[in-house]
Amino acid sequence: MIIKLFDAVGKYAENKDTARDIRNKFLLPALEKKEKIFLDFEGVETTTQSFIHALISEAMKKHGNGIFDYVVFKSCNDSIKQFVKIVVDYMQEALG
Amino acid sequence: MKIHLPNSAFLGNVDPLLRGFDPSNPETLEITTNDKWVSVHPFVLSLVASIGLTVKPENIKCEKIEARSKGYLARMNLFKMLNIAFSMDIVEHDPTGRFIPLTQIRSSEEASKFIPEMIPLLKVTPEQAETIVHILSELVRNVLEHSGSPGGAVVCAQYYPKTNRIGIGISDAGVGIKKTINFAHKTRTDMEAIQLALSPGVTGMTDKAGGTERNAGFGLFYIKSIASVNGDHFVIYSGNGFYKLLRKQSDSVRALRLNADPFRDRHSKEEFQAVFNGTAVGIDMTLKQTREFSVLIQAIGDVYRKAIKEKKKGRYKGPTFI
Repeated sequence: MIIKLFDAVGKYAENKDTARDIRNKFLLPALEKKEKIFLDFEGVETTTQSFIHALISEAMKKHGNGIFDYVVFKSCNDSIKQFVKIVVDYMQEALG
Repeated sequence: MKIHLPNSAFLGNVDPLLRGFDPSNPETLEITTNDKWVSVHPFVLSLVASIGLTVKPENIKCEKIEARSKGYLARMNLFKMLNIAFSMDIVEHDPTGRFIPLTQIRSSEEASKFIPEMIPLLKVTPEQAETIVHILSELVRNVLEHSGSPGGAVVCAQYYPKTNRIGIGISDAGVGIKKTINFAHKTRTDMEAIQLALSPGVTGMTDKAGGTERNAGFGLFYIKSIASVNGDHFVIYSGNGFYKLLRKQSDSVRALRLNADPFRDRHSKEEFQAVFNGTAVGIDMTLKQTREFSVLIQAIGDVYRKAIKEKKKGRYKGPTFI
């Protein structure tokens, strides 16, 4: 499954409610079914740590770092990559 | 309530204005100004507007404003937002590239609409836009999620061409930081609450490392860190507590040294007699000093991770041997 973030949030991925909706409607169900899911950031210029946290932290709490066998981040620019790395790192630190 | 706008109140010299704020009789508001000239930071405008929104328009007095800059206050939407009469002929130039007038944001949807619309108005580079989007989003969503402010968040911004700087102010008349933080932590004073709120990994929603599904306690720390790295001012005012991150000289600005404890940064702080029921934040961004965004995030992330580690270490309980 491919989730095109731009279609949901436009060029600024900052709305945590939208992040929650994507997580609950697509991300968590895909992980339950052990399906591959691509979070495609094509066209998204920037995000916030809070958005990425709302998008993936709950999934990490439920499934641990095993989610990265199924979740792939696509077309992220440098700052988006940094935010994803920060959230992934501190969640692993917190859960570990 | 009474508040006086002096001829100059920017983040560096806003302290006397706050010291003079009189919150008694909260059902009325009297705004007075310097007779000749008023030049104030968006922090001040958003603070005054958020206070004013708690008062019925008929109970707000500001008829004695004689300053020539009355037009500026009008252009920044102060009178309109407070729904009070204003009579003066002003030529309304296009604000693009100069300022974002006072805007009230009461919902997540309004925030999502406001942010993409306001960024082009500031005419900043895409990299600078990234920082501004982050600051605004984190601050506005903090207000919407935690403040309990019926009027939501009041935001405005101003570009200062002489110093190539953008000033941003955001304020709410909600419950204040102490009440929010104390859901999960125990703080005795507004200043203690501010200190915690500016520390990485501290959220009012939980005391667990990693936060909740919505909050990780990163936002205010991140914003203070941006100001710190760029050597800019950052202020936060809540309850009777006022914290100011002081500007750094240019030599030290380049060092990417961040402190998890805001009291270890070069700062000033004060506990006022008067209590402001809400939270106001002001930040300056000197555009030429703005560090590359991804480098900044990485540095801030490193401090954040370290703080989580410390937090976990602090919880570790060793066995007892007798």
